[in-house]
Amino acid sequence: MRIERRLTTPRWLVVAVPAASLVAALAAVGGVLLVAGKDPMSTYARLLDRGFLAPGALTSTLVTATPLLLTGLAAAAAFRMRLWNIGAEGQLYLGAVGASGVGLALHGRPAVVSIAGMILGGALAGAAYAIVPGLLRAYFNTNEIITTLMLNYVAGLFITYLIFDSQSYWRDLSTFSSRVFPQGKLLPGDALWPTFNLELTVVPFCFVIELVAAAMLWLYYGSTSLGFEARVLGDSPSAARYAGIKTRRVVVTMMGLSGALAGLGGASEIGDFRHVLDPRGLQQLGLGYAGIVVAALARYNPFAVAIVAVLLGGLTNAGYALQGPEFPSGLVGVLQGMILFFALGGELLLRYRITFGMRQAAPPQGLAVAAPGAAHHR
Amino acid sequence: MARVTAGPVPAVAMRSITKRFPGVLANDAVDFDAREGEVHALLGENGAGKSTLASILAGLYRPDEGEVEIYGRRVEFHSPRDAMEAGVSMVHQHFRLAASLTVADNIVLGDRRAGWLRTSPTAIEEKVDALAKRNRMPVNPRARIWQLSVGEQQRVEILKALYRGARILILDEPTSLLTPQEADDLFGTLRHMASEGRTIVFVSHKLDELMAVSDRVTVLRAGRLIGSVDTKETSPRELARMMVGREVVFKQSREPQDLEGREVLLELRGVSADGDLELPAVRGVSLSLHAGEIVGVAGVSGNGQRELAEAITGTRSRTAGEVLVGGRRLRSGDPDHAIARAVAHIPEDRLGTGVSPSLSVADNLILKSHRRPPIATRGVLRHDRIAASAKDLMHRFAIAAPGPDTPTRLLSGGNVQKVVLARELSSGPRVIVAANPTRGLDVGATEAVRALLLKAAAAGVGILLISEDLDEIMALADRIAVVYEGRLVGVLPRAEADVQHVGLMMAGSSP
Repeated sequence: MRIERRLTTPRWLVVAVPAASLVAALAAVGGVLLVAGKDPMSTYARLLDRGFLAPGALTSTLVTATPLLLTGLAAAAAFRMRLWNIGAEGQLYLGAVGASGVGLALHGRPAVVSIAGMILGGALAGAAYAIVPGLLRAYFNTNEIITTLMLNYVAGLFITYLIFDSQSYWRDLSTFSSRVFPQGKLLPGDALWPTFNLELTVVPFCFVIELVAAAMLWLYYGSTSLGFEARVLGDSPSAARYAGIKTRRVVVTMMGLSGALAGLGGASEIGDFRHVLDPRGLQQLGLGYAGIVVAALARYNPFAVAIVAVLLGGLTNAGYALQGPEFPSGLVGVLQGMILFFALGGELLLRYRITFGMRQAAPPQGLAVAAPGAAHHR
Repeated sequence: MARVTAGPVPAVAMRSITKRFPGVLANDAVDFDAREGEVHALLGENGAGKSTLASILAGLYRPDEGEVEIYGRRVEFHSPRDAMEAGVSMVHQHFRLAASLTVADNIVLGDRRAGWLRTSPTAIEEKVDALAKRNRMPVNPRARIWQLSVGEQQRVEILKALYRGARILILDEPTSLLTPQEADDLFGTLRHMASEGRTIVFVSHKLDELMAVSDRVTVLRAGRLIGSVDTKETSPRELARMMVGREVVFKQSREPQDLEGREVLLELRGVSADGDLELPAVRGVSLSLHAGEIVGVAGVSGNGQRELAEAITGTRSRTAGEVLVGGRRLRSGDPDHAIARAVAHIPEDRLGTGVSPSLSVADNLILKSHRRPPIATRGVLRHDRIAASAKDLMHRFAIAAPGPDTPTRLLSGGNVQKVVLARELSSGPRVIVAANPTRGLDVGATEAVRALLLKAAAAGVGILLISEDLDEIMALADRIAVVYEGRLVGVLPRAEADVQHVGLMMAGSSP
């Protein structure tokens, strides 16, 4: 068996490999279920039902998928040019801080102003937080994987501090119980983001923004000079320099863009869902890290990010809904892990071709001189 | 060549070695002998096949035809390990050391005798230390590789070979990264090792150093054996002639130019720049280039040519000096400024630098114009115009590609170079800096590239042609500037230059 690098990847493989990975993951988890004494088919049917088909299921799936989609886009935007921003987690926290701060400050203003301010506040806070490692990378060539990862912990501690360890603007100090049991201030009514009630499902406001963001990201990479520069820099830094591209500026811009998307994810988590800065809840979800998984599965394609986010969101929700004595609680985690495992394994098939065949027989009289030594060592 | 019948058996005997790579005959029935206890230099220009021959001896490549004997016994190496077990070791131009491990660790790394467990590091360190002292290569066995200078790292490579019992040591361009002082130390070590009965094969294209260190020289040219001579009985002049070849002067494909009254398009005033290792690579080069003129910069590879091209076009910062285009100063280290002043650059590394390899042909054709109208308006790319210009350029420059959307890395070398030329020439340049524009290209593509350069010169573009191919410079250039160790040795009008004279200047002697 030999593994050869592919020069070109056929188009059908790009779709076939992820699909086959999904089937393989389902089959592998099916085996686990059989061993555990459950019927795989009925388990999967229930997952599908609770994730997407049951009344209200699609709505809660979209709610779950919404921040995931944005952190997925954040990761895809940076990874596409080989800028490994794994700090979407922290950038999302800062986005939540920014959005909730603006939402609280704009109390009493018209909803349009309030919501626009929150979107802007979240995106800017996330961008600012990502630009720090971006600058370090551009000017001091620090490893952005490490700096962004470390800043995630800083951001986590920061939001905990805002609510639990200080009397900050975000903390609710109005009642006795909230002074004893710390919690964030609830956003005023005009800062709650609207939803769109369709016949089939309720679509959160931010989900719409995201589809726009995905399209804009796609256009950015394909149709703008800046996106072109990012593509060149990701492919060959020396060609980028040769072409007169200001590589530092591109790195900082892309980190900012990636951080803005993650920050928007934090804003949506506040505006659409929580309406309060909730450090524990945010940190439990690990949305930023999940976004990396989403981006990897989507192969950094913005539209595929949307599809994958909804799929994973549905899976997560179905898992919550089905948890109980009948349904193993770790199953959904196992299934998600398996899908990722198979999908990343499938990448190998996209980039390499595996051929089977007999190896050419080596001439018999080789190693004439080396024979004594070789015999000794083997 | 007759087999050695009398006298001692040669340490290395390679008989009619032939090695083909796709499209290239790297070695064509080459014979090579090296005796015990001698330093034997393997001389040739880039692409002459000397590294291929050395790699065959070291077990990295297998010859398509021919046989290899080591101390009179026929061998067939399937891997460098086979060669090592037969006593043949190679020190590569770029070291293969683990930077975070110690010297002693690196030396035993991969040695099967060492076993899986590190039983006694001190014993190994003592052995390494003794070996280093005996061979006059002082190095601390406990130091980590990243702490060492390049010269010291090279000593570790050599010690690694000796530790494994190498009797025949091949060094590929060993001085290319060394300072002159380190090179002198290395020569002392090599002489010492030869005096102990080892055989040293010294691959180089620098005449002065192999005159200093070798006993015999074997010259290759274009994959063929030209001859072997005793160093004592030859001269740099003769070696240069053997290496560069042709006694014949080529037919001139270009009329002598009258430069009187032409505008000076490019002027270099004392340009200096550092190489990648932050050692001076270009030292005070002053040169001028007129409209419609082709100035050839000749030199043996690694004498600062690449750095000179980069210092002019801004992809490398200058440490001193000025570059003027049309009388106006170019900013140092700012490629965009050079592009804006219509300085085109055909870089040496065409696939990694000249184009972005995974991007399409169409994208690479707009690599430098992606920010400017008409390709982009207010930051938005105009796909219709990109497609139209790609179609036009692919047609005009006869770029053979399945389509404008084909990733550029899938194109042949000649077509990649045509993409670079199409982009650079269509940008309306005043000056073109071309570095080895035809290296590695086949005859047809070479002709096409040269014709395009001549056409540009005829249209009034000034061309600085930096090339290691003296043929090319003799065929195209109006004036020839020779560089050696980053300095300009001299500038000759082509009419006054002959190959041997230029060859000598390339080896460092004054005009």
